[in-house]
Amino acid sequence: MELLKKLTQAFGPSGNEQTVRDIITEEIKGFCDETKVDTLGNLVVRKYGGGKKLMLSAHMDEIGIIATVIDDKNFVHFSEIGGVKINALHSSKVKFIDGTIGIIYEKSEKPTKFSDLYIDIPNICKGEGLYNISVGDTAVMASEFNLSGDFVSSKALDDRVGCYILLETLKSITKPNYDLYFVFTVQEELGLRGAKTAAAGISPDYAIAVDVTVCDDIPGGGKYPLVLGKGPAIKVKDGSVICHPEIKRLLADTAKAERIDIQYEILDKGGTDAGAIHTTGVGVATGALSIPTRYIHTACETASISDIKNAVKLLSKVCGDTL
Amino acid sequence: MLKILSEAFGVSGAEDEVREIIKNEMLSLCDNVETDSMGNLICLKKGTKGYCNTIMLTAHMDEVGFIISGVTKEGYLRFKTVGGIDPRVLSAKKVIIGKNKTVGCIGDKPPHLEGKKKDKAASVKDLYIDIGAKDDDDALKYISIGDFACFDSEYKEFGDILIKGKALDDRIGCFILLDLAKNRYPHDVYFVFTVQEEIGCRGAGVATYSVKPDIAIVVEATTCSDVPETDEAGFSTKLRGGGAISILDRSSYSAPDLRNVLYKAAVSNGIKVQYKQTTFGGNDAGAIHLTETGIKTAVISVPCRYIHSPSCVASIGDINSVYDILDNFLKGEVNEAWSF
Repeated sequence: MELLKKLTQAFGPSGNEQTVRDIITEEIKGFCDETKVDTLGNLVVRKYGGGKKLMLSAHMDEIGIIATVIDDKNFVHFSEIGGVKINALHSSKVKFIDGTIGIIYEKSEKPTKFSDLYIDIPNICKGEGLYNISVGDTAVMASEFNLSGDFVSSKALDDRVGCYILLETLKSITKPNYDLYFVFTVQEELGLRGAKTAAAGISPDYAIAVDVTVCDDIPGGGKYPLVLGKGPAIKVKDGSVICHPEIKRLLADTAKAERIDIQYEILDKGGTDAGAIHTTGVGVATGALSIPTRYIHTACETASISDIKNAVKLLSKVCGDTL
Repeated sequence: MLKILSEAFGVSGAEDEVREIIKNEMLSLCDNVETDSMGNLICLKKGTKGYCNTIMLTAHMDEVGFIISGVTKEGYLRFKTVGGIDPRVLSAKKVIIGKNKTVGCIGDKPPHLEGKKKDKAASVKDLYIDIGAKDDDDALKYISIGDFACFDSEYKEFGDILIKGKALDDRIGCFILLDLAKNRYPHDVYFVFTVQEEIGCRGAGVATYSVKPDIAIVVEATTCSDVPETDEAGFSTKLRGGGAISILDRSSYSAPDLRNVLYKAAVSNGIKVQYKQTTFGGNDAGAIHLTETGIKTAVISVPCRYIHSPSCVASIGDINSVYDILDNFLKGEVNEAWSF
């Protein structure tokens, strides 16, 4: 799980995916035939195979914050990048790209919007540090990577866990069933933006997005039926896509043949790259494989290692012959 | 020219009058002028060097306004808004309706009949437009259901070189593009005047699809809340602070290299410039940067107080700043910083 640790700890708020892209670029060396970074910053990795084009996608970006105003007392005011929850940010720490730590606190009791919070960068007390921060700089939630039994918790499992699954899948394939495109997308958290232009550049026949999904098996939860550790989830629908029956069947049949436990995901809201991909060009038969994850968009997103490993196994078998 | 543009009628979906004004100017300035199927005006001014990049500058022609949705028996007009208008700015405003330019004013229940509710702005469905008609038949002699209407507001210069008028969002942008088109630059420049920005950036995507530029710069008017009882953290932009370059808003994350080049073009030439310091709002960049395989896109705006109202206020200094920044940028030869 060292690779997953490296990926989740990397700095990569939407629009600032460079560090994550560099790690992935290093990892894929020797396992692929072509790589390309497109205009928006998507990393497109191709592994030649015969026949139809299958695009697998996972997004590199994570949620975060962006400094909008630095006031005369050097406190930083900010906006959110992606679907950040106010209560998950409040009284927590954020980390800028250079490692500078900021503390988030409230301007007014019971903050309801991001302008009710501010960032205090303690370094400035010592007269150093802040000169590095300027308007437009971004930060992510500061968080440790924890492994405990079958469970992993960290920031940015959404969606570095997808990046990890794509990387492990790529590495395991010896003979592809398809012309394979492993696509590491940008700006998913801002509205599935990278996936849209990446898919336009590839024009795939099939696509499978790999992302996290809500795991609500917690106190006060129960709205969605997924359970941590009971297998990766084949997406049926969410707010952005109704998955193509052929892709659902492909995933389900492969899981059955390989005796991999799976669950089905039905979400009434939210979205993933599949939403942008399936309406590209003349349409793409698109599905998604999701890792059930508790506490999404917090510093302690939690998932099951066995679900992750099973997702790798399942996708690898879908893509081709494996080691 | 800015007065003519500001006072022209051009609610989203009915930009014809604005387009005609711009087209007449552009025909003598550009090498090719076309109107596409949605009504975007696409003007090419060829560069002095054949090998150069294609740069697309856009400004939207449309403004927020109204559409007439019904007539009451008494001859009052029911309406819906086109684009985002705060109901607080509506009551007692003059409007112009349809091809006949019928004059009307937006009416509301008088305050003494409202009791305690009077502190709250009425919602659009409670408002009506009074065109002085006797009854519904009389009203329909002047207007038709489906007619567009816009604010009636005179363009004026006032104070320390400020301007006031309707539709400065984004006739200011159109005005700056018209001015830039008078010059010839090393690169091929497409001056694109888009339609239907205010109802979801609809024209820009289509225009981008046909132009296929290497880079795009959106020229806009943006929020400016440097007014009493607002925290500096909520200003967004400052009037007289120079052109405002966007970093991130609801519709796009500006290409960092392109926005940096613009910022540097300002600083190194001593032109006033600022960053837009909130992430609210969106503009044509949202549609443009996601066209096909992606377009490098940046946004530069003129700060505008009371935007989307009959009395938008902007500074001539800021307009000049945006012009100067773009002019300096466009004059640049192909260099490493932006030869994508």
